[in-house]
Amino acid sequence: MLQDKSIGSRLFDGINYTFLFLVSLVTVLPFINVIAGSFTTVTELAQKQFVFFPTVWSLDAYRYIFSTNVIFKSLGVSISITLVGTVFSMVLTALMAYGLSRKDLVGRSPIMFMVLFTMLFSGGLIPTFLVVKSMGLVDSYAALIIPNAINAFNLIIMRNFFQNIPEGLEESAKIDGCSNWGILLRIVIPLSMPAIATISLFYAVTYWNTYFQAIIYLNDPAKWPVQVILRQIVILASGLTADTSGFADDFVRPPEQTVKMAVIVVATLPILLVYPFLQKHFAKGALLGSIKG
Amino acid sequence: MNDTAITSSVSVPGKRDSSLMRRIAKNRSIYLMILPGFLYFAIFKYIPMSGLVIALQDYQPYLGITGSPWVGLKHFERLFNDPMFFTILRNTLFLFTMNLVIYFPVPILIAVMLNEVRHHLFKRFVQTLIYIPHFMSWVIIVSISFVMLSMDRGLINEVFSMMGLEKINFLMSNEWFRPMYILQVIWREAGWGTIIYLAAMAAIDPQLYEASRMDGANRFRQIWHITLPSIRSVIVVLLILKIGDVLELGFEHIFLLLNSMNREVAEIFDTYVYTAGLKQGQFSFSTAVGFFKSVVGLVLIMAANWLAKKAGEEGVY
Repeated sequence: MLQDKSIGSRLFDGINYTFLFLVSLVTVLPFINVIAGSFTTVTELAQKQFVFFPTVWSLDAYRYIFSTNVIFKSLGVSISITLVGTVFSMVLTALMAYGLSRKDLVGRSPIMFMVLFTMLFSGGLIPTFLVVKSMGLVDSYAALIIPNAINAFNLIIMRNFFQNIPEGLEESAKIDGCSNWGILLRIVIPLSMPAIATISLFYAVTYWNTYFQAIIYLNDPAKWPVQVILRQIVILASGLTADTSGFADDFVRPPEQTVKMAVIVVATLPILLVYPFLQKHFAKGALLGSIKG
Repeated sequence: MNDTAITSSVSVPGKRDSSLMRRIAKNRSIYLMILPGFLYFAIFKYIPMSGLVIALQDYQPYLGITGSPWVGLKHFERLFNDPMFFTILRNTLFLFTMNLVIYFPVPILIAVMLNEVRHHLFKRFVQTLIYIPHFMSWVIIVSISFVMLSMDRGLINEVFSMMGLEKINFLMSNEWFRPMYILQVIWREAGWGTIIYLAAMAAIDPQLYEASRMDGANRFRQIWHITLPSIRSVIVVLLILKIGDVLELGFEHIFLLLNSMNREVAEIFDTYVYTAGLKQGQFSFSTAVGFFKSVVGLVLIMAANWLAKKAGEEGVY
């Protein structure tokens, strides 16, 4: 390809690279600040204002937050919800997406319309709450999983992915006597691993980030996932509201800055750990179905 | 060959039905696969839609929908006469407009700039970093902002005081709520928002750029005459979707930022529904509020789509 080497073009590149570098920096600096801050001492944080690399390393903040089992427990809740929810959502989504990818299916378009319409209109918070309540799901972890089991957008991405698998493959399997379940499990799923990995990770991130569902459906603080605990410790304890009900005793006193930072890190860490895998897949997987050309 | 042509052109009702039945029967296992998902949508999406009727009742939990008395449009009248309604409407529309005018162009700008990068490593480096915040919950994003913006030891205020400036109480003020809101939206979503634009740009024929260079076009002209027109349809689709989201301003986000000091500018339909409905138990009234919100959203997305089609674009449906 022909390269433009004029002065104007080089100047453009210079400005462009600087601009993008600054954008990236501004995006991640807050995270670095919080991570560094969580590993330093309260005094260093007080003296230096901003810490991007601690000179005095300290695990005091972590020792403090793990001195009670509030954080441990909420982490356990979040991990369980994420694992169970992701598997549940993936099974439901993949089954429905595969069914809807079959062009010979009678009733395919009305069902598709039914799915799409939910993206445009909804009954809203109260009627949904009443349905969940009438099913007896309040105060159970199922309330964080079942009412949001399928994301319509994820379903459509999967369906589009399945549809792009050459029909010949399925037909020849059928001729060899393979059942619909066999085709799904032995041909479609193995060929769709990039899409399955991507959507699984999307679901996992959503479940890990579950917050509002927990506020609405879980009345018992002992059952709260880590995001709700994080809000209690960082946002409510900033003295902005008088609502300290449901607070764990240890956190009634407004916590130190380092402690807040450590809790943020703990609630963020799992995503930072899966992010490299996420990054590898989503560019490939999600785009295939999301928007046409 | 001829036989099949004849049989299919002659309509024999019974025969067609049985072939339809056969097609359905043949796919029994497929219907079984769809069933759990179908039930999910029916129970958690469509039953709540029918539950909207409680907006026309004085709903009592122990009486249920069948037993609660009908009151007509009482709750809607109350809503439109409530002075709070105009505050909420104003706040919602204001934040929506900010989203459209300030946030919406940012991912396009970043994507255009990224598209001009020829060093693959640098491009990947930038992309890796700017996608990260999208995967963080609003609780994490807002928590980080709180730690950085607080009066007491917050990074930003410490810098201000070092420079001899007055400290600002960002978190509890009417003036700072809106800038803080939109900056957080940009911080979390702008990077991720580039993905679709970049994919659309990857599909542009490189010959177009070469030809324009032969004709003496500089980088700005190439962006203006090739890159932007090529992604126009994608921009339109995303714009329609954004307009359809008029009232979905990120409930969790605003809920987390909301406090007694900024309520006047921060209260929106969703937070109001939560407070009036779940906190105060006014089920019917807050359902009416939610109903109003959903209908406006639906009308707006249909109008935007209609306009897009009028303008010769594809639209979203």
